[in-house]
Amino acid sequence: MSRVASVAGEPDRAAGSTGVATAAAPGLREVARRPGLIRWRERNLMIGGVLILAIVLVAVFAPAIAPRGAQETDYTARLESPNRDHPLGTDNLGRDILSRILHGTRIDLRVGAISVILPFLIGTLLGSLAGYYGGWIDTAIMRLVDVVQAFPFLILIIAIVAVLGPGLSNMYIAVALVAWVTYARLLRGEILVAKHREYVEAARAMGARDARVIGRHILPNVISSALVFAMADVILYIVLAASLSYLGLGARPPEPEWGAMITEGRTFLATAWWISAFPGLAIVLTGIAFSIFGDGLADALRPNRR
Amino acid sequence: MIPVLIGITLIVFTLVQIIPGDPATTMLGVHARPESIEALNRELGLDKPLWRQYVYYVGNVATLDLGESLKFKVSVASLLRKRMEVSLLLIAYATVLIVAISLPLGVATALKKDSPFDQAVRALLMVTMVMPGFWVGILMLILFSIKLGLFPVSGYGEGAVAHLRHLFLPALTIALSLTPIQVRSLRGSILEAMESDYVKTARAKGLRERTVVLGHILRNALIPAVTLLGLSVGYLMGGTVIVENVFSLPGAGKLLVESIGARDYPVVQSTTLIFAVLVILVNLATDLVYSFLDPRVRLG
Repeated sequence: MSRVASVAGEPDRAAGSTGVATAAAPGLREVARRPGLIRWRERNLMIGGVLILAIVLVAVFAPAIAPRGAQETDYTARLESPNRDHPLGTDNLGRDILSRILHGTRIDLRVGAISVILPFLIGTLLGSLAGYYGGWIDTAIMRLVDVVQAFPFLILIIAIVAVLGPGLSNMYIAVALVAWVTYARLLRGEILVAKHREYVEAARAMGARDARVIGRHILPNVISSALVFAMADVILYIVLAASLSYLGLGARPPEPEWGAMITEGRTFLATAWWISAFPGLAIVLTGIAFSIFGDGLADALRPNRR
Repeated sequence: MIPVLIGITLIVFTLVQIIPGDPATTMLGVHARPESIEALNRELGLDKPLWRQYVYYVGNVATLDLGESLKFKVSVASLLRKRMEVSLLLIAYATVLIVAISLPLGVATALKKDSPFDQAVRALLMVTMVMPGFWVGILMLILFSIKLGLFPVSGYGEGAVAHLRHLFLPALTIALSLTPIQVRSLRGSILEAMESDYVKTARAKGLRERTVVLGHILRNALIPAVTLLGLSVGYLMGGTVIVENVFSLPGAGKLLVESIGARDYPVVQSTTLIFAVLVILVNLATDLVYSFLDPRVRLG
């Protein structure tokens, strides 16, 4: 999703992330008039944070809290609709959907986290270089950004995974090759502005080397919007991984990856909707958690919030 | 634009270079006869130095020779022309639905800012935004096609009316994922326009509310919306790849995924290329529309 927002132009990036509260940034006057508003924004950050924490805990303790194993089959209980024994029903092999979803949390969260790290690092590095040094370095990097952004995000990812071969690890490579451009754009824009600030001049005047100026002085001041963006991207990559699994390019059944589970249920659509419906719901819930948190983060980090 | 075009051909060309192992062997399978592998290598020009291969490739692309499909044994260009028609219709349909849904919602949420209605719509859109497209597609397929029998389960149909009926659920699926961003952006720019001096002036002149909203607020707020819509086209195309596979539509997105399964790399390569070229063309068109809508912008 952020892929779209990203091309829409940098300034409204951080603001235009994903949720309810950000959509219209209240003006200063309005905030002054409604003292409750600031607290409400922090509540967003807190609700999102608690939800994410809950999901992480589920992932960590999945084996303990799941009533059954992820691959535990029970041929006497095949295609059962949700009931007391199996709250979310069972699939064609008699596997408990709830247990599989809980175990799947481990896979999907890991996929979201791993996917976001590489593009974030590469984009931050190249964006910093482009913004700080300008000149031919900037031209070369930004040309590459333009070219990569000319491709529809999903289609380029699919094409790269297609030639590398299906699987989640090749998806990480593909995402790293494609998704860094948004971070590079963002960071470059921020650094172009920041490098003329007084604190940067001061650091340089004191004889700090370029790497130190960028790493210790500029980045800590400008990285926040990229972090907000990364938060929103986690869910983008979970959805991406699920979609690739659906197309046969990501995780393979019987892995309880949510997308793979939805795909497995496809064959039983007319009779056993719960096999596909509930794993999708897990993705949606995770997505909402990250969206709310991302919005809260965007509000909290916005400098003129007081 | 030209450097970007050169760049995308370079990337698409590189795609085939990074196929692990010998491309011809990968395409034909390990049991292929050595002679046929060698023949394919020669046909694809893979026995020549890389830069010559690239020049050769660009020359072919420039003359619309996209090679031959290994699976279908016909020219990729003719294959794509047929499949692209479906995808383009789907993209256009989805765009119409996005506008039809997000325009009223954007206006209504902005005019009723912070009301329960506004908050409900925005909460709902937050949900539709994170729903995986293929999951939505599958659920709609169960509900509307299988259970209720309102729409066909798969295929594209014959004739314009049938196309529109067959493509409704797929287009809606794509539209649902893009509508949230549109509504949000539209709502934001309407709110911004409402604060502006020209709207205050319009009100001060005593114009009717309707005239102020439609003639002054909306007219200005639509400019960023059009831009965002144009820039979303890449995302739209990604959406078509997914829904064409969910709803078994004979479009380019389905062709892409089928070709991956069949290791039909010339088709994978060309489909990717065509989609990228389309994105560039749409972006160009968006710039033109933008300068038309906003007289302050003149293309230099």
